[in-house]
Amino acid sequence: MKKLFLVYIVTFFFITPALKANSANDEIAIMDFDTFSPMLEKEDEYTYVINFWATWCAPCVREIPYFEKLHENYKDKNLRVILVSLDNPDHLDSRVIPFIENHNLKSEIILLDDVSANRWIPLVSEEWSGAIPATVIYNNSFRGFYEKEFKYDELEEIVLPLL
Amino acid sequence: MFMFTLLALFSIGLLAEDGVGVGDRAPEFNLLNIDGNHVSLSDYDNARGVVVIFSCNHCPYVVAYEDRMIELHNEYAPQGFPVIAINPNDSIVVPADSYTKMIERAEEKNFPFDYILDADQTIFPQYGATRTPHVYLLENKGDHFEVAYIGAIDDNYRDAEAVEEPYLANAIEAIMAGERPDPEFTRAIGCTIKVQDE
Repeated sequence: MKKLFLVYIVTFFFITPALKANSANDEIAIMDFDTFSPMLEKEDEYTYVINFWATWCAPCVREIPYFEKLHENYKDKNLRVILVSLDNPDHLDSRVIPFIENHNLKSEIILLDDVSANRWIPLVSEEWSGAIPATVIYNNSFRGFYEKEFKYDELEEIVLPLL
Repeated sequence: MFMFTLLALFSIGLLAEDGVGVGDRAPEFNLLNIDGNHVSLSDYDNARGVVVIFSCNHCPYVVAYEDRMIELHNEYAPQGFPVIAINPNDSIVVPADSYTKMIERAEEKNFPFDYILDADQTIFPQYGATRTPHVYLLENKGDHFEVAYIGAIDDNYRDAEAVEEPYLANAIEAIMAGERPDPEFTRAIGCTIKVQDE
């Protein structure tokens, strides 16, 4: 019994934190809009595909594999895909991280924690009504905003000429 | 002249696509309510205004606002501004937003307001609604309703206690005071309105 207890203690204090350190949690930055916004204005050699989504949003979940495929196919060609989750931060551990793990997402993921949407939605795009999914695609010579659900071919059609 | 016609056509096209703006006449509708009766905007001729909220069952942003929609109706319907919720979603795309499910949700939450279904999906494009929840505050101008405010219910979907600007309530109060709502247009994150792929 004592031994078992010891095993439990060891497991709890050493293995659990170790597991946690390796989980997706560490790779997800939670930020407010002002911290996030420089990512919308980069002036470097990359083409950025920034997708606003949430785990509860069915059309978002449908198109995420296409963003993943885009990332996989063109990550070596100066493309950066950033998936910006608008999930409630309280659901990070219960929904967002399990979703990322279940879908084995490889793109960069951010959780945007900022309720003042009326202020920041037009800063993403004046065209954005606020519905998700929504996507910004930009580089030094191009900027597009799309309030729609993408198919893979449509994404490639926009992105390929930019690479 | 040809250019002018083209330009005019283009403008009309844009208007049709974008729906109504503040100051425009509110489109009429006649839609099936959860009680089995049809509800028209003109049924509300005696109201000082109407709070049209494009809404649904499934969207977490709507769910976060349901209690506030009930409170708004209970507060402002007696003062002449009832809420009408319109579900614009296709129930084949989202079964949770079917007419039967609307009735169930309304019973669970004891909705005190009409909850009607845009079954042909012809009304939400006339308003230019793009998401749920999406508010159109209408003011009764005697022979028609005029759009007075478009946008969000307030500035914090997550926490009603932490709201700093109750946009919709402020807009209703402004109309009651004979003033124009300020702001008259706000944005919020919401769920897309669900239509079938062509």
